[in-house]
Amino acid sequence: MSAHTLTASDKPQSFSIADWWSRNQRKVIPYIFLAPFLLTFLIFTVYPAGAAFFLSFQRVRGFISPEEGGGVVLEYKGLDNYERLLIKDKRFRTAIINGAEFAVGTVLIQMPIALGMALLMNAPHIRFKVLARLAFFAPYITSAIVVGWIFTLIFQDRYGLLNAALSTLGLEGVGWLTDKSFVMPALIILGLWTWCGYNSLFFLAGLQNVPDDLKEAARIDGANTIRVFWHITIPFLRPVFVFVVITGLIGSFSLFSQPYLLFDSGAGPGDAGLFPVMYLFFMGFENFRMGYASAIGYLLTVIILLITGLQLLLFRLWRV
Amino acid sequence: MQTKVKRANIMGPGRVNLMFMNSVVLVGVLLTAIPFIYMITASFRQQGELYSLPVTIMPREWHGHNYVKLFGDTNFVIWYGNTIFTAGLRTVLGVYFAALAGAAFAKYNFRFKRFFFFLVLATLTLPFQVLLVPLFLMMVDFGWVDTYWAVIVPGIVGAFNIFLMRQYIEAVPDELMDAARIDGASEFGIFHRIIIPLVRPALGVVAILTFVNTWNDFLWPLIVLHDDTKYLLSIGIATMDGPYDVEIGAIMAASFLSTLPILIVFVLMQRQIIAGLTQGAIRG
Repeated sequence: MSAHTLTASDKPQSFSIADWWSRNQRKVIPYIFLAPFLLTFLIFTVYPAGAAFFLSFQRVRGFISPEEGGGVVLEYKGLDNYERLLIKDKRFRTAIINGAEFAVGTVLIQMPIALGMALLMNAPHIRFKVLARLAFFAPYITSAIVVGWIFTLIFQDRYGLLNAALSTLGLEGVGWLTDKSFVMPALIILGLWTWCGYNSLFFLAGLQNVPDDLKEAARIDGANTIRVFWHITIPFLRPVFVFVVITGLIGSFSLFSQPYLLFDSGAGPGDAGLFPVMYLFFMGFENFRMGYASAIGYLLTVIILLITGLQLLLFRLWRV
Repeated sequence: MQTKVKRANIMGPGRVNLMFMNSVVLVGVLLTAIPFIYMITASFRQQGELYSLPVTIMPREWHGHNYVKLFGDTNFVIWYGNTIFTAGLRTVLGVYFAALAGAAFAKYNFRFKRFFFFLVLATLTLPFQVLLVPLFLMMVDFGWVDTYWAVIVPGIVGAFNIFLMRQYIEAVPDELMDAARIDGASEFGIFHRIIIPLVRPALGVVAILTFVNTWNDFLWPLIVLHDDTKYLLSIGIATMDGPYDVEIGAIMAASFLSTLPILIVFVLMQRQIIAGLTQGAIRG
């Protein structure tokens, strides 16, 4: 019996870590592969998301000086922040309305133009395809700050390129950045320049994905070009529409850099260029109302998720 | 002669149409290009010319003094270096980690795989802005304000990158990996010697997108970097009119020089980049 236990206790020794590893590494390795993602996700996403939720019910009462350890003194205010945002705060309402206007404006104007451009680029015998692809992608990869500076020149009242172009057409120039009612059109023009070509590349990729034989078959069955487009091409583009609309909406509510630059770190005349994320920035990092800013962040998240969900629902209905 | 007539017959009425279509595309290209051209020409003009009539796209006189001012009076070169360093480090680490995570999802079975993948998708829909305030307070606690850790580390493993890498790594043949296992290769060895070389084009696309995003990022660096010598290009250029009292021409020069490398890389790799980006969207 003693001899037996000896051999048995011998075995774990040959079961070294290396041995265990070579047997089990396939089971363990995926967790190691995922570790950088999971760790950074926990620390820099899950924790701050929770902290933001907690903060959104607080009010900053004061700051502790760095000599005494630093930090903020908070006071629990219940739903005060949310109540204020939803009922009293007119600036927040303006920011949301501006975001919605910009979203509707860019998506409604952008989509037909982007789709039209993609159809042109997909047509046989069209020239400048490579050039167009290059040009249409360039604004998207250009820094929003650079875009902002270029358009401060273009949108100038007296010496701006756009007003100069209008005057050669016999039209009178307007105060794109100074007149309250032209701020939104100016931003929509900037948005068109930045994203329209980019979106057309997505439509183009979608169009190239439509099988030719399907269109051919429909044509043989007597369908005309419009019917083929409506019943075959458009349904195939459904995922692209979903992508373009949803990224457009999210981008609209998150707009920050371009208006921040155009309006000289402000919100434009009469808050006409105020967007939700800008408002969050002003509240949190200029007025140091961090609880209030967190509440803005959460409301914004809820709004974005609701809109995205609604869009997905609508697009699902379209499929049927 | 003969061929000319023939061609005219084939194209027939389509020819006018085609010309119209071509010119529409060309107008689109021009409208897109004009602001870029204006940026470049404005950087070679004198201030007075930009604020005078008539407004022209081309300069009346070419001047280099904006560039002299940019290099002489501002920290532009330092910002450039800071941005290359930060974007470079973030790209190398971020792409490597995203590839690791992508490999885990594409090639291994493990507990909670679906849950973890759901987490990846969830981060795709969560707007980053909701995290701004607490993340900033964390940076203060960590002592990371005015350091590049604050720019590099949070969000370094991009969800979209994991998503792309997973898609590409799925195409790596399992037989190849099994053969290597029989030969005694470790899982890390398989990742480095089989998966990575086979998905190199995809790595390139993910790397460029990460690099460009970091290069252009503004809001978060604005919050965590306050020292002028620590600035990245985006913050430096955005605030150039303030402390330096430089003219718009110098700002245009900075804008042009900071956009140039991105545009060059894109021109060289546009096919791969556009394919990589649009693939996800058309499959839905």
